[in-house]
Amino acid sequence: MSDSKHNAQPELPGKAQTNPARRAFIAAAGVGVAGLGFTAIAPGLHLMAVGEANAATGIATRKPGEAASRAVRWGLLVDINKCAPGCTKCVEACHTENGVTEKLADPRQASQWIRKVELTDRRNGKKTELPMMCQHCANPPCVDVCPTGASMKRADGIVLVDRHSCIGCRYCMMACPYKARSLVHLPLTEQNPLVPRGQGCVESCTLCVHRIDRGQQPACVEQCPEGAMTFGDLNDPSSEISKRIAATHTTQVRSDLRLDVGVRYQGI
Amino acid sequence: MILTQNARLESGLFYLLAGLGSLVIAIGIGTALYMEHSGHIVTGMNNQTVWGLPHVFAIFLIVAASGVLNVASIGSVFGKKIYKARAPLSGLLALGMLAGGLTVIMLDLGRADRIIVAATHFNPTSVFGWNVILYPGFFAIVGIYLWTLMERRMNEYSHIAGLAAFIWRLLLTTGTGSIFGFLVARQGYGSALLAPLFIILSFAWGLAVFFVVQAAICVWNNRSLQENIFSRMRNLLGIFVAATLFFTAILHLTNAYFAKNVGFESFLLFNSEFSAMFWVGQVLLGSLLPIYLIYSPAGNKRGWITIASLLIIFGAFCQLYVFIIGGQAYPLDIFPGYDVTSSFADGAINHYTPSVPEFFLSIGGIGIAFTVTVVGVRLLRVMPRQEALEKLEEDDSDGAA
Repeated sequence: MSDSKHNAQPELPGKAQTNPARRAFIAAAGVGVAGLGFTAIAPGLHLMAVGEANAATGIATRKPGEAASRAVRWGLLVDINKCAPGCTKCVEACHTENGVTEKLADPRQASQWIRKVELTDRRNGKKTELPMMCQHCANPPCVDVCPTGASMKRADGIVLVDRHSCIGCRYCMMACPYKARSLVHLPLTEQNPLVPRGQGCVESCTLCVHRIDRGQQPACVEQCPEGAMTFGDLNDPSSEISKRIAATHTTQVRSDLRLDVGVRYQGI
Repeated sequence: MILTQNARLESGLFYLLAGLGSLVIAIGIGTALYMEHSGHIVTGMNNQTVWGLPHVFAIFLIVAASGVLNVASIGSVFGKKIYKARAPLSGLLALGMLAGGLTVIMLDLGRADRIIVAATHFNPTSVFGWNVILYPGFFAIVGIYLWTLMERRMNEYSHIAGLAAFIWRLLLTTGTGSIFGFLVARQGYGSALLAPLFIILSFAWGLAVFFVVQAAICVWNNRSLQENIFSRMRNLLGIFVAATLFFTAILHLTNAYFAKNVGFESFLLFNSEFSAMFWVGQVLLGSLLPIYLIYSPAGNKRGWITIASLLIIFGAFCQLYVFIIGGQAYPLDIFPGYDVTSSFADGAINHYTPSVPEFFLSIGGIGIAFTVTVVGVRLLRVMPRQEALEKLEEDDSDGAA
């Protein structure tokens, strides 16, 4: 699924514009298939009509320009009993998907949208690992402190940074209890067109919002070889994530802060 | 002939000082352009220590700017005429220092070119957002206040303008302290005490800056500060510094009382690169020694009080460095009860080394404050005349009696 997206990306801004005949053909084809409930926006990439669910994931798609739904609260459940020691597939998947590929001499200046954290219980020395990323709080401190409103929570619970109005003050980084945000410390090139990033702006996990809107799961969830991560609608009692949260003990990290996070952990 | 020579000397000194200040500003702006072009990769700041040396300098300038206005407030709001004679200098310094501090903060932004976005997008829940209103408001109110002081026809409004400026400056420093006071994530911040602490810090730092500038201007003009105003301001400075020690002690004692913060306080005060800076720089040299100098027989000498003021300013930088950098150096306690490691420095002490560009940007702010003051002192009549002061001294003494 992600392969098809990557094949499609270069077509979006560049090649389609340089070949008007091909562009017209694609538009005509789009009109033709729209009646069937599909619109082709590039070879291999389709947007389905509003309200339809992705056949593979069951996640409803969202038409461009359509507002996100308040009825939905996207969330993640991470079963750390399944999270394999030393495995960083989720980190690699995230950074590949979102174009976070720059290498910096000082790793502390590099962006990390998701990281593997190793925990050692001080009482018994038991070691566990888990992926840590933006927890997509219902009451996000980053949104509260942002002077321009660039840090925002979408109606469906995804916490994002508007790259057009972020001024790079880093107040959100000071406010985040999870160290989930990074500043882009250098000029960037060859970005993923679907995931704009830029020097001087703050960024963090978007839950792969561009994939969710297409009815796909976040890249980390899809690429986890152990199936340790479950993505879904926390507001839907019939979703798998809701059922599992109802059936097992799960943890909200820093629950003392009452942030009502969208990412839950099982096994801490 | 001698008068002409003095005037020429004074004029030469002015151009020398203004040129020096402008050079520092140029270095700061050049560095800002370099940072804008290269990104924050050329600074020592990173994703662990996100605010660095520029914030230490900027916050010093902003806090001291509001404090230095107190001299004017004592005159206009509390009716002490001998202070009111110094109100124009106090207002000028406040504007210059705030301009310097704000410039550093703005040029350190990741996207300094988007400053207009900050002015046109307002988030009412953000303390930074409040400050976007409070800082320009301070410029406007202090500007009007200066106008009422220096334009004879407007003098009758100086009391109300001074009162507005006093209230606004209290709000402004509350806003600055609350930048940290409203942070829930980190052990070193998130305290309601930070707003009043910053207010009292501003009193001490602002008065110390005023003392140093006043002493320099007296030397420049070959004049001596009158005993009455000198002893009053000196005693006030001592009280303010003692109060900063008291508030600082309460802040750390309260924090250390909570089990969850014991590790942080132990790190900061006893077990880190910041400990010596706290005890020696902030407490000993920046507070206790100045208090000793102020209240010992040495305090009768102008020179020792200037040294005490310089020590207070040195202590202020130490305090802000410990507070801002130290507060970020200690790892976030995301998983209480666990030892934590990761590729993103979870669980690790963050070591920060300021880079040369950061330092240049930071002193650029000092250059702005310095140049505005030098030019202002030269162009405006901000220092009271000798004979006027003597009369005011008599008036205040009569009033007190």
